[in-house]
Amino acid sequence: MARVVITGAGTINPLGHSAAETFEAMREGKCGIGELDIRDVERLSIKLGGQVRDYDPDSRFNRQQQALYDRFTQFTLVAAEEAIAQSGLEFSGHFAGEAGVVLGTSGGGLNTQDENYRAVYEEGKNRVHPFIVPKLMNNAAASHVSMTFNLKGPSFTVATACASSNHAMGQAFWLIRMGVAKAMVTGGSESMLCFGGVKAWEGLRVMSKDACRPFSANRNGMVQGEGAGVFVFEEMDHAKARGADILAEVVGFSMTSDAADIVMPSQQGAARAISGALQDARISADKVGYINAHGTGTAANDKTECAAVSNVFGQHANEVMISSTKSMHGHLIGGTGAVELLACVMALRDGVIAPTIGYQEPDPECALDVVPNEAREAKVDYVLSNAFAFGGLNAVLALKRV
Amino acid sequence: MSSNVKDRVIQIIAEQAVLEPSDVSMEQSLDDLGVDSMGLVEAIFSIEESFDISVPFNANEPEKSEFDISSVASVVAAVEKLVAEQSG
Repeated sequence: MARVVITGAGTINPLGHSAAETFEAMREGKCGIGELDIRDVERLSIKLGGQVRDYDPDSRFNRQQQALYDRFTQFTLVAAEEAIAQSGLEFSGHFAGEAGVVLGTSGGGLNTQDENYRAVYEEGKNRVHPFIVPKLMNNAAASHVSMTFNLKGPSFTVATACASSNHAMGQAFWLIRMGVAKAMVTGGSESMLCFGGVKAWEGLRVMSKDACRPFSANRNGMVQGEGAGVFVFEEMDHAKARGADILAEVVGFSMTSDAADIVMPSQQGAARAISGALQDARISADKVGYINAHGTGTAANDKTECAAVSNVFGQHANEVMISSTKSMHGHLIGGTGAVELLACVMALRDGVIAPTIGYQEPDPECALDVVPNEAREAKVDYVLSNAFAFGGLNAVLALKRV
Repeated sequence: MSSNVKDRVIQIIAEQAVLEPSDVSMEQSLDDLGVDSMGLVEAIFSIEESFDISVPFNANEPEKSEFDISSVASVVAAVEKLVAEQSG
């Protein structure tokens, strides 16, 4: 089986418009969450979110492109351009057919849906722009990445709610490992911070009105974010042969289903995914120095996740560092695992562990080293990234330092 | 008014518990009635729609909520209070 490495990373998210800006913000424990600035926010009871700030679509895309690119597609293209530029790859000739794109998103072009439902229902219009369907479809981002960068191999979109990105990156990993592709552009994107998107989440009554405080005893829910993270996964021999700068190796992936409840997480399902990723990577738990937690800041997730980690890691659970960067950028839903993988790359490459900010009170049900409030320097060899979705679909990735 | 609130709240809770309203007694907890967290969130939604009120409730910290859900009676009392506060 081929080995798989990461040779490019790109992002736009509430912490920054590039991977470098995001690493810097994570190192400093900055918070990208604030008052929502969206249409009709006064009719929302949740007015807090991790928005991408100072983003001007006109500076990136012309009018024709904007007619086709929903905000989630724009974020994806911005992140993909950075990742592919860093990788130094050019997709042409035979190689273009050996490279594809697999991305995660949960809501796809939700802003486009929101705006156009308004037009026909609220404003009573009987006509919408001709490109609404290709703009809102979940695979729009993957297709535009494919077209923009000439990726002609296996390309598709994965939608598994909050685990979409991890599932997508797991597929990219497998496709290269099995020899189906030489390189894959992968990650995910989400832009759900529109009136309808936030209103739907309000209904569940799991959203915080003040902050995302994962693992803290006084946590009171999740905060939604938006943005994209995109990586270039590449066959190791291919990357080495061209002298590419290798950011990390992807060594394991596992996915499980709870088969239990549509919203409540299962300790067993999460634990099976974590131990599955370790087995796939052929490592024991004590090799893992850092876990990027799913860590949503809800009562249910955080205690279930800590119990699952304790269950798999045994004694080593007391030593492993586990943090949730959602405290800084919010929950990017279908794009979250991709932005969180940046924290994993930073841990392996720079020896900096991103903190869980907003941590105020220890919770006996989350009694692990959650790297509270301040980043930490530590040399780690292996890391895990957890994602546990509504619907009970779990996906865990394992990465190794090179 | 007050008995209307009580009857309607019991009807909403009974619907979530898949029981007849006559089988719901005031001292029972939602747990006793087999109403889980999703049933509770749906019941609160029905209460908001029925009485045109807004119920402050965060599923992450039910115990900190001003909306006391410890028993059917406490829910009825909380709804009566919100209706009085938010009417007109």
